[in-house]
Amino acid sequence: MSETKTDIGALRSRISSGATTARAVVESSVKAAEKLNEQLNAFLEIDGNGAPKRAEANAAPDGVLAGIPVAIKDNICVEGMQTSCGSLILGNYHPPYNATVIERLLGSGAVVMGKTNCDEFAMGSSNENSAYGPVRNPWDTTRVPGGSSGGSAAAVASGIVPVALGSDTGGSVRLPASFCGVFGLKPTYGRNSRYGLVAFGSSLDQVGIFARTTEDVARVLGIIAGRDEHDATTADVPVPDYLAEFSANVKGSRLGLPQSLFGEGLDPEVRASVEAAVAVYRDLGAEIVDVELPNAQYSIAVYYIIATAEASSNLARFDGVRYGFRAEEAPRLREMYRKTREEGFGPEVKRRIMLGTYVLSAGYYDAYYGKAQQVRALIKEDFRKAFESCDAIITPTSPTPAFAIGEKVDNPLAMYLNDIYTVTANLAGIPGISVPCGLSSNRLPIGFQLLGAYWSEPTLFKLAHAYETAQPFTERPPVCAE
Amino acid sequence: MPITEADVEKVAQLAHMEITPEELKIFAPQMADIVSYVEQLNEVATGNVPPALGGFTPEGEATDSARDDSPAPSLGQEKALAEAPDAASGHFRVPKVL
Repeated sequence: MSETKTDIGALRSRISSGATTARAVVESSVKAAEKLNEQLNAFLEIDGNGAPKRAEANAAPDGVLAGIPVAIKDNICVEGMQTSCGSLILGNYHPPYNATVIERLLGSGAVVMGKTNCDEFAMGSSNENSAYGPVRNPWDTTRVPGGSSGGSAAAVASGIVPVALGSDTGGSVRLPASFCGVFGLKPTYGRNSRYGLVAFGSSLDQVGIFARTTEDVARVLGIIAGRDEHDATTADVPVPDYLAEFSANVKGSRLGLPQSLFGEGLDPEVRASVEAAVAVYRDLGAEIVDVELPNAQYSIAVYYIIATAEASSNLARFDGVRYGFRAEEAPRLREMYRKTREEGFGPEVKRRIMLGTYVLSAGYYDAYYGKAQQVRALIKEDFRKAFESCDAIITPTSPTPAFAIGEKVDNPLAMYLNDIYTVTANLAGIPGISVPCGLSSNRLPIGFQLLGAYWSEPTLFKLAHAYETAQPFTERPPVCAE
Repeated sequence: MPITEADVEKVAQLAHMEITPEELKIFAPQMADIVSYVEQLNEVATGNVPPALGGFTPEGEATDSARDDSPAPSLGQEKALAEAPDAASGHFRVPKVL
């Protein structure tokens, strides 16, 4: 049996007791990745030679994650490996430094075994925008795994690794977590460092975590979270011992239910599944309270102004000068920029750069960007008020289970509407976690989302853990490590 | 006002991106759709609401990220140039500017 299908705690015990070795665990992970990648296309790089050696020569053999293989989304810099961001414009780029979150993982003994496929520059909800082909959902390979961190979600769901990192700008961790049947956390804005995460929307981006148990999510957050002098947006807020506070007792917790978000466009099976989860919480002693989020209906419109504006600015750096791809046969500088960006970026990235440039252009700035930032302030205020009467809010993570590859590629706006439940957390800066809550009638995972106030990750972990204890999700996908 | 192909061409130029006539035909109606969708924000009364400055928390806004203005080791020339498509004599080389 593959070593990597259990959780971190069990793996660490087996390594410590000598039942297995760190090298064997990492080798098992690498072999599973190599085998399953033909079906899933979840990895853009698998370090089959280096990773087992690094496991054996581990600099932190007693670390919390010693010998644990982890998969990293290909927009987070790992020294010695590629960072393509799923784009031709970066191609075979090898960053000269580690992201801070990677430094911290390595410091606790984790072994990076591969880089995962994603939508180009994290722009997408289905993973179909990767220049290297779509990732396939391990539950049904004709369907998308969700995006943009689809490779990381598929790697965890299929048992290749117990934990993976992704990035979440509008739901890019939570959405694929729900489509693949795993836990996915987007922490509070400023909880962890983005140094070494390739920037997309800087007022929205956070590094997030995928795992198959709440405890593993909490364990990894405890390692990567905290202030970093390389990222001025990290907040000087102490990192709690998330595991010490771990409990499944939600008696007296107040769970907010925004009824207005359970309306039009929500798949009946998803609705039934999330309502059943609400009933589980009620049975566990939580109090269900109605909350209003009157401006949430505008969140997609706000998001696609702010995210594209920030992307158009952040992606200006890809110009064929300092790294990555440069177009040939362009004798003048401006022509070289234009051709490099034409040949190097895919359609969704071009669309977003142009939309962002449009909304920021002279004469339109106030009408679009200024207005969006005002409505964003109203959305933040909605959440502040809601959290006066509840400890967390429950919603679906996605309006539907995973859809078919190709189903929405020709209609960008329809694709954007997948993010209706997730973008609000990024706009407000609050944390959110997707929790697997069963399968649809055609055996596709469904997830619900818990949203909390700033720095309320411990509350989210408690609620998620209470649910997973009461309703364990033990099903495994057909494409899975043996 | 709906986005036209001419608008898209102008925006592509501002963004330093060449786009083909085929792309223009696809992008223009898609962008027009998206822009008309986001214009629903006009129905929200925002009055004098101060715009949000990002996803910052109060604690994040209060965090002082200033550091001493003193020299410290950095990447170094060799590493900084290692991934350049065209490096020469310790510099990034680009095509003619003029």
